[in-house]
Amino acid sequence: MYRYDTYDQALVDARVADFGDQVARRLSGEMSEDQFKPLRLMNGLYLQLHAYMLRVAIPYGTLDSRQMRMLGSIARDYDRGYGHFTTRQNLQFNWIKLEDTPEILARLATVEMHAIQTSGNCIRNISSDQYAGAAADEVGDPRPWAELLRQWSSFHPEFSYLPRKFKIAVIGAEQDRAAIQLHDIGLQMRRDDAGELGFRVLVGGGMGRTPMIGSVIRDFIPAADLLSYVEACLRVYNRYGRRDNIYKARIKILVHELGAPEYARQVEEEWAHVKTLGLDPPQAEYDRIAAQFAPPAFAEGLPTEIDRSDAGFAHWVDQNTAAHKAAGYAIVTVSLKPTGGIPGDATADQIDLIADLAERYSFDEIRITHSQNVVLPHVQQQDLRAIWDALVAAGLATANLDLVTDIIACPGLDYCSLANARSIPVAQKITERFADPDRQRDIGELKLKISGCINACGHHHAGHIGILGVDRKGEENYQLSFGGSAAEDTSIAKIIGPGFSEDGVVDAVEKAVETYRGLREPGERFLDTYRRVGLQPFKAAIYG
Amino acid sequence: MKILTGQNLASGDVVWWTGSGWSLHLFDAVDVGETGAAIAATEEKALRVNVPYVIDAVQTADGPMPAHIKDRIRAAGPTVHPAFAIHPEIPILKTPARHQSNADAPSEVKAN
Ligand code: HEM
Ligand code: SF4
Repeated sequence: MYRYDTYDQALVDARVADFGDQVARRLSGEMSEDQFKPLRLMNGLYLQLHAYMLRVAIPYGTLDSRQMRMLGSIARDYDRGYGHFTTRQNLQFNWIKLEDTPEILARLATVEMHAIQTSGNCIRNISSDQYAGAAADEVGDPRPWAELLRQWSSFHPEFSYLPRKFKIAVIGAEQDRAAIQLHDIGLQMRRDDAGELGFRVLVGGGMGRTPMIGSVIRDFIPAADLLSYVEACLRVYNRYGRRDNIYKARIKILVHELGAPEYARQVEEEWAHVKTLGLDPPQAEYDRIAAQFAPPAFAEGLPTEIDRSDAGFAHWVDQNTAAHKAAGYAIVTVSLKPTGGIPGDATADQIDLIADLAERYSFDEIRITHSQNVVLPHVQQQDLRAIWDALVAAGLATANLDLVTDIIACPGLDYCSLANARSIPVAQKITERFADPDRQRDIGELKLKISGCINACGHHHAGHIGILGVDRKGEENYQLSFGGSAAEDTSIAKIIGPGFSEDGVVDAVEKAVETYRGLREPGERFLDTYRRVGLQPFKAAIYG
Repeated sequence: MKILTGQNLASGDVVWWTGSGWSLHLFDAVDVGETGAAIAATEEKALRVNVPYVIDAVQTADGPMPAHIKDRIRAAGPTVHPAFAIHPEIPILKTPARHQSNADAPSEVKAN
């Protein structure tokens, strides 16, 4: 884990003091809401439907038990006992009071956390693979590079007022667990033929109202040149991005309008200049960061036999654990998607429990996933049973990773002031409809994603099944789309036809799933069958 | 009818204009007719409310009911956390019909 140096800490502490002063001036009336709003947004504070909402950054989704417990204590002391994990690997508190925020931020700063750049037209929290440093299939740990990018992008003076928000994801594996093709910039670590480390660079992906898949603008940039190259990407965007129209201001529109080859040419031209400025860090600085992500001291000669006599435990092991690069270890995903629950919500007590488990069993490491779950990355297989027992007791042992009930849902109209329709109740009804664990397992991998409006925070464009809430004459209505993916095989889902009521969309999902079960060939997921047979049979089953 | 709503500056709580102050309860809201903008400006300046705005509502047997679902949810609280809902009984899914006995009242017609 990266630990702040004195510069990091001083920057964050100074910001806490600034914001405390700004809040006092707002509360005394010295500052109007119009003056205050951009300042609070720069500190992650939104005004939502029922209260203020604070979004706390979890850099590349990694945190330790001390930080996790702090989130739990803030949930307990200042929220109503909950934290909500989001698709950007962050955490949102939905019930915050403005007058408490300086104190909350001060407490976060004591554990090297903050809410800086979690909103506004700047470079947001860098996201990454939740299995980083643990996955059996990775070229290298992406987190030192994500940390380097975090430091570079924090308070970057030139990029504080970009045309629009900017999201970067970095992975180090072949399998894409971070949706890099749907980010403004996606970076994939790889080695060239000579074995040198570098990155494939994708630009111009995104969701929102105009979903687009990123284009590869460079197949390989040597790691030593990463920062200057990304700086050049941002500079071209900052200069030519569409500031005239908020709906066209994301980099995806610029790349689309110029064409990826022309955008890439302009980046190369800019980079030729930027490279001469000495922006890339010296090796020593990179080594300083990388050392903090050194692999933990994995034990050797551990047993790999698991007692599978308890069927519930065996199912959970099969569904919610993944292969670890060290023998005798496993990666555990703690599902925050119980039947009928709110996707991504955790109580303060659950947050504390996960912190305890991480400290005891996972080298004090925790990860947040973009599908709103929590990961214990380095667990000995012989401890899985004890972990499972503790999770069962806390209502956290749902064995549904990547199944139809492992739904991503945005806050929707229950909390969000931009929403057209509620998302969470739809998720709840679908998890209830498919509650039977045998049925879920038989259906297999099925990524269902729900957004309450076209901003697509719930990734509906990337769902094998996507649901979008719309406003139809003042009533909630839901559009269904099929065929999206956020993995290596990224695709954008297509709307299948007229929308549905809340109950109607749950029925339609069930009909789609049953159609798939009737048509699938051995080994096919819902997405594979849909891609093979096309929309027609599904449409016939749903619309009759 | 038109009613005036906003949020408390310090707490963010949703509030409704009662004619003399701000209440957490929708059913305390009064018809502000054409005076909403002026009240909003004064109250916001005095820091008694944040981001106030006027909405359309309908007088029902229970009391004023916002025309738009978003404001009904603001009044009721999140539908997915009954314990956090301040007025879970508010029928958020029902677009309010004008209350029969009031339907022809001239003041009602004017306010709409
Ligand atoms: C509740 C307050 C929220 C507000 C006001 C909000 C606002 C927005 C807006 C306006 C966009 C569209 C940006 C664009 O297309 O340029 C957006 C996109 C997005 N938001 Fe949110 N959002 C909120 C909550 C969330 C939550 C809870 C999550 C995670 C669950 C999230 C994750 C995302 C993602 C992943 C995207 C789409 C990716 C992209 O194109 O950048 N947001 N959000
Ligand atoms: S998708 Fe829309 S409704 Fe959902 S959180 Fe984003 S802005 Fe709100």
